[in-house]
Parts: sequence; structure tokens; C-alpha cells
Amino acid sequence: MSTTPTSAEQPQVGTARVKRGMAEQLKGGVIMDVVNAEQAKIAEDAGAVAVMALERVPADIRKDGGVARMSDPNMIEEIIAAVSIPVMAKSRIGHFVEAQVLQSLGVDYIDESEVLTPADEVNHSDKWAFTTPFVCGATNLGEALRRIAEGAAMIRSKGEAGTGNVVEAVRHLRQIKNEIAKLRGFDNNELYAAAKELRAPYELVREVAELGKLPVVLFSAGGVATPADAALMRQLGAEGVFVGSGIFKSGDPAKRAAAIVKATTFYDDPKIIADASRNLGEAMVGINCDTLPETERYANRGW
Amino acid sequence: MSTPTIGVLALQGDVREHLVALAAADALARPVRRPEELAEVDALVMPGGESTTISKLAVLFGLMDPLRERVAGGMPVYGTCAGMILLADKILDGRDDQETVGGIDMTVRRNAFGRQNESFETAIPFVGLAGDPVTGVFIRAPWVEAVGAGVEVLAEVPAADGPDARIVAVRQGNLLATSFHPELTGDHRVHEYFVRMVEAAGR
Repeated sequence: MSTTPTSAEQPQVGTARVKRGMAEQLKGGVIMDVVNAEQAKIAEDAGAVAVMALERVPADIRKDGGVARMSDPNMIEEIIAAVSIPVMAKSRIGHFVEAQVLQSLGVDYIDESEVLTPADEVNHSDKWAFTTPFVCGATNLGEALRRIAEGAAMIRSKGEAGTGNVVEAVRHLRQIKNEIAKLRGFDNNELYAAAKELRAPYELVREVAELGKLPVVLFSAGGVATPADAALMRQLGAEGVFVGSGIFKSGDPAKRAAAIVKATTFYDDPKIIADASRNLGEAMVGINCDTLPETERYANRGW
Repeated sequence: MSTPTIGVLALQGDVREHLVALAAADALARPVRRPEELAEVDALVMPGGESTTISKLAVLFGLMDPLRERVAGGMPVYGTCAGMILLADKILDGRDDQETVGGIDMTVRRNAFGRQNESFETAIPFVGLAGDPVTGVFIRAPWVEAVGAGVEVLAEVPAADGPDARIVAVRQGNLLATSFHPELTGDHRVHEYFVRMVEAAGR
């Protein structure tokens, strides 16, 4: 990154560095889905680095069906008032007015999320137009880079939210890491064709090839239910984890939340992960992804 | 003193960026998550991150007391943002149960500059650094509300709502703290300044 001594005379908000830098501060941490102020406090007590405010966790969205939308502003404000850590909230894909509302409420990050019902089947929101930074889901490198080109300041694997099954998150993270590793081996001539194949801007493809990583923070999301799941995602290269239904759909949310925080920090220490995994009570039930009809796969949403 | 070994507290936060900046400033940098790892370093950086999370994990994994002992014993420490909060003797707007390592005689207000939408970057003159001002990247940043007599103020920014200036960088003895994140800018002068502090302390 370069310094900008001339442009920084006056304080500037909403710069790419400030947006991406916010995500850098979340690294090594756990971001937890919460549906009310009480859950938000449990998450903060457990050591969450941020909470995601939403009306229903993905497991319930799955169960209830229907159109899933941005949460009630009152509920988001109650959560903002209840905790001192950052608060994120979800907008529908392409629903830039929901995103405008979330920015006006003062949320710290907007998740343009496939867990909600998409509002636009062609376009995602123009995220450069906002001061509030965005995180977006991706199943592969091309998708991640298209989101970054639109202004996303943080990327997460999509996984398959609300299933309690980590298999899709593993697939997406491996896919992204493998595609980055492949780019590392390409010479300059090959990067143009790679950009075409990835359907991503050449400049971003070249940047990834040089850095050996995305130019923004990469988290894992979708299906993490246990401390070992969180540690697995970290060992596979995720810089932190989102946990959705996995905590508050389990038997003892406070204990499980604290355990996942420990395992995320000490992801490479099996003894600590073992200790964190003891007597957590019931995990969320979980759904086998291979029995999930294509139409109910959230990861297919977004393009 | 040979090349100093400087740890980065790696419980949570932007650890990687500090490791890179320290290496660029010619220190041996390594992550620290355990008391035995803390015992092996000459100095420590406490990174940006979520201060409530870092403080909780430091207590849970038995690092809080060893950290206080090392600070009391004169180990140089540099804290950015959350790390500044951890170095403060007193904090405002923290959680009621939030512990700090302490060491700098100052009162720090958490998230004082506001939420993420108010996060900003700006050029700031930094006492003791030659050349251009540093680029201060402030992310849900704290400021220093009050300092004791032994604390040197190294940088300030104008307050948005009045004639006052907000203190955003301080030094007391071997302890250095900034509200902002030099590790996000690619300009390693603040880290070089800290490495010189570490070398001077080792002589």
C-alpha cells in the first residue's frame, strides 16, 4: 500500500484503506449472528469481535421460507446500543436502498448477503458509493474479485448458511486458495487469459498474483457449528470466522460461543481445541447438503 | 545489542501487518500467544483489534499477569489502537469488566472518534520523526483524554468540534502508544522509532 501525503491534509472518511483496515482489525476473531440485544451481550461477553444483527438466523430463514429482508431498524439500533463492539447487518443482494438505510443507522459493516432473498438477479450494489464498508460472500476467486471490483472491503466464503454443515465452506475456501496458488505460478502473459477466465478485472488478478492473497481480508462463513469447525477454517487459510445459527441454535450458546472464540485464536493447538470442545451440550442439528435441493442452496445466489 | 526480537501479541487483530512492519524495520518479529513465548522476546507490540476480545483472551490464557510483570520490569511495548487501550492505566467507555495491562499514566476513551462511518485518515506531524507527516489511519479509534506528568505527547489531531486538539500518540519511558495504525500504511517510520527505543533499552 502506498501513502497519500498530499490527499490526506483534510481528514478523509470512507477511504479504501479505512474500510479494508477495519476488517484487518477483526482478524483472528469470531463474528456472531444475533437476533436481539440479549444475544448480542452474550456474544460480546464470550469475546466476539463483532456481531451480525439480523431478524432470523439462517436456520430459521430456511425453516420459515418466504422472502427474507433487511432487519427492522429498531432491532438494529437496540443491538448497537447494547454492545460496545462493532455491529454488522445484512442487506439483500443488489438492494442498495436497504444498504443506504443500514448506513444511516450507523452500522459498522454491511453484509450484502445471499442468506437474504436477492433483490436483483443481475447486479450487486455499487459498494464504492458508500462510507460504510461491505463484506460479500464468494464461492471462488472470480466471484471474490468481482465483489472487490464493486467495492467490497472484506470477503467471506459463502458456505451453506443455516445447515450446521461445514462442507461447503471448506469447498469454497479451498477453491479460493487453490485458484490463488495457481495464479502465483503464472507469468505476465498468462495473467490476461486468467483474468478473462475468472471474469475479473486484470489489475485485481495481477495484484492477487503478486500478493499471494486477496487484497482484502478473507473470512469463512456458512456452516461453522463447533470449535473444531472454526479451527479447521483457520487452518485452511481463513483469517477469521462468522458463526451464524451454530451458536444460538445450540444447547448452551454462551459456552459454545466462548469455546469457538478460544479455538479460533489457538486454531493450531489441538489440546486447547479439545479443552474448548468439552461438555458444550447439544450442537445445532444440521442438514446434509447433498439432500438440499438446488433451489434451497443459498450459495447459488449472487453471480 | 544484536538484532532485537520483538513479539506481536497474537490473540486477535492485525498481527500480520505488524510482523511485516517490524521485519521491515530490521527487527526479528514473531507472534506471541503464550506466557512462555512472551518470556523469549525483548519487546512487544500490542496490535489493533477488538480490545475487549484481546483483554478477555489475555486473562483466560494466563497472559495478563506476565504482561504486567514484563511492563513493570521495563520491557518496551508499543500499542496501536486496541493496544493503546491495553497500555492505559485508566479507560473510559470500556466494558465494566475490561482489564488493561496498564503502564502509561493516561486515561484513554474507547471508540472516542466514533463508529466506523466516522473512521478517517489524515496527515499528522509526529514528534521525533523527520520528513513528511505520518498518515494516521483511525478506525473506531480511541483518543487520550488525560495524561500524567511523565507522559510525552508525540502527536495530536485537531478536534472536529472545537479549538482543542486530541492526543493520539504518547510515550512514557519504554512504552509507546498510538490511536492510529501505522502498520496499515506501508510507512515504517513509527516502527523504526520503536525499534530504536528497544535498542536503547537493551544497552
